[in-house]
Amino acid sequence: MTASSTTSATGIRHRRAPHWPRKIGRSLLILAAVIFLAVFLVLPLSVVFVEAFRQGMHAYLSTIKQPEALSAIRLTLLVAVIAVPLNIVFGIAAAWAMARFEFRGKALLGAFIDLPFSISPVISGLVYVLLFGAQGWFGPWLQAHHVKIIFAVPGLVLATIFITLPFIARELIPLMQAQGSDEEEAARVLGAGGWQMFFRVTLPNIRWALLYGVLLCNARAMGEFGAVSVVSGHIRGLTTTMPLEVEMRYNEYDYVGAFAVASLLALLALLTLAIKTLLEWRYGDEIAAHAPGGH
Amino acid sequence: MRRRILPGFGLSLGYALAYLGLIVLLPLAALAWKASGIGLHGLIRLLSSPRTFAALKLSFVGATFAAVVNAFVGLLVAWVLVRYRFPGRRLFDALVDLPFALPTAVAGIALTALYAPNGWLGQWLVPHGIQIAYAPPGVILAMVFVGFPFVVRTLQPVLESLDRDVEEAAESLGASHPQTFFRVILPMLFPTLLTGFALALARAVGEYGSVIFIAGNIPMRSEIAPLLIVEKLEEFDYAGAAALGMVMLIASFVLLIVISLLQRWSRRWAEHTR
Repeated sequence: MTASSTTSATGIRHRRAPHWPRKIGRSLLILAAVIFLAVFLVLPLSVVFVEAFRQGMHAYLSTIKQPEALSAIRLTLLVAVIAVPLNIVFGIAAAWAMARFEFRGKALLGAFIDLPFSISPVISGLVYVLLFGAQGWFGPWLQAHHVKIIFAVPGLVLATIFITLPFIARELIPLMQAQGSDEEEAARVLGAGGWQMFFRVTLPNIRWALLYGVLLCNARAMGEFGAVSVVSGHIRGLTTTMPLEVEMRYNEYDYVGAFAVASLLALLALLTLAIKTLLEWRYGDEIAAHAPGGH
Repeated sequence: MRRRILPGFGLSLGYALAYLGLIVLLPLAALAWKASGIGLHGLIRLLSSPRTFAALKLSFVGATFAAVVNAFVGLLVAWVLVRYRFPGRRLFDALVDLPFALPTAVAGIALTALYAPNGWLGQWLVPHGIQIAYAPPGVILAMVFVGFPFVVRTLQPVLESLDRDVEEAAESLGASHPQTFFRVILPMLFPTLLTGFALALARAVGEYGSVIFIAGNIPMRSEIAPLLIVEKLEEFDYAGAAALGMVMLIASFVLLIVISLLQRWSRRWAEHTR
């Protein structure tokens, strides 16, 4: 990735004196960083799996096969399956408008897309309670028509969409801006229809960045806690996603159960990191230099 | 010119605006409207409550402290990952994103299992008078955890593209290694470091999931502002919850604006010294 420390930008190899203080300083810095990463990142990750298997494989499996755990897994998948595709469509639409056309208020639109990243998850859940809760704007109307959003699945989906809204758009906008529109314009000049151009030219050009965005969006959608916790009402078997199931078991002092469900989420995180690293390593150029933040 | 050739401007922009309006802007309008319902008098009463004040203070001061820690540690880790080669470097590099990928509730119970008085590390630390879990240091620890990747990931690309010639010039003019770092490299990195600091700070201020388990949530001592919002909601005090949410939102935006001004100033300063 970077030039090795003995080669300068001009390509001339510089002989560096084997300086003892410098070598010791370098080793100390590496040691400090590695110890920090081990204690700060590896240890919390290990504790999840060790605590989950504390009473053996059998206890682990039986706690995961409990009906509440299974329904939490199903609900988590359901919420992600609804929220992620909706944000894919939004991300592509927003990126197409922002990277291909000039219009007034473009910077403002970009700022609005980033907004969910700078809002506390609790507030992201709160705003939907204020809209759809019993005392909310639409609360009385919903109650009269027997529609439940808060303390029900639609609320979980809405809060998750809010939280994960920026991920895909943010990945696509800088890439499509960098790629430019020459190929798409050529396709149009050669007679391609709008959708034909999109599926044959645009989509293949952005597919790895899209996958990257979907990966991060999905990880957050499945792991979101704060926003979902506010709108869930914690009804066992009905409105508890996996992170909420972790919380409930933990608060009931069922530590093995809590860590067992947590270990599934930790596996999802590790899988996400592995695919992410693979994508960056294999298709780094096609994913674009993305600003970190919120990921 | 472009607009004539490429299709879908109206459709894509219209869809994006409608979606954004319904999902983000309408709910935020409800927040502002509900918050304004408590009135100036209610706002003063809310903010003068010692418990609310303590929670807001812990959220903002704790997050600032955590972001400062992250600026130092993040700089160290980014530096080591970019500049040095050692076994396992790629693995550690990939692991930096763990706090992004790991659900906050999982991080919360894992950190608690480590630092609780009977935990892996807690059982050694607590007898020596170092209490982390169920006290403010635990809140800050969780905030450092969630904010950690921001500083590293903002610094890495800048460190990689840093012009080595300037460093070599400094060294050939007789500057020592630490001198080169503090007088040449750090001023060039400073605006980027501030960006990472701001991102880590913004994340830590609103953080909920990873904090509430390790915090112990003792009112006036280790209770964060987002938890107070949840408690107000559970008491059906919608206006109070909305007002506190609005106060948090406005305070964090003011903070981010101040940081971006500071950044503009430091960038100009870095260009001057070059």
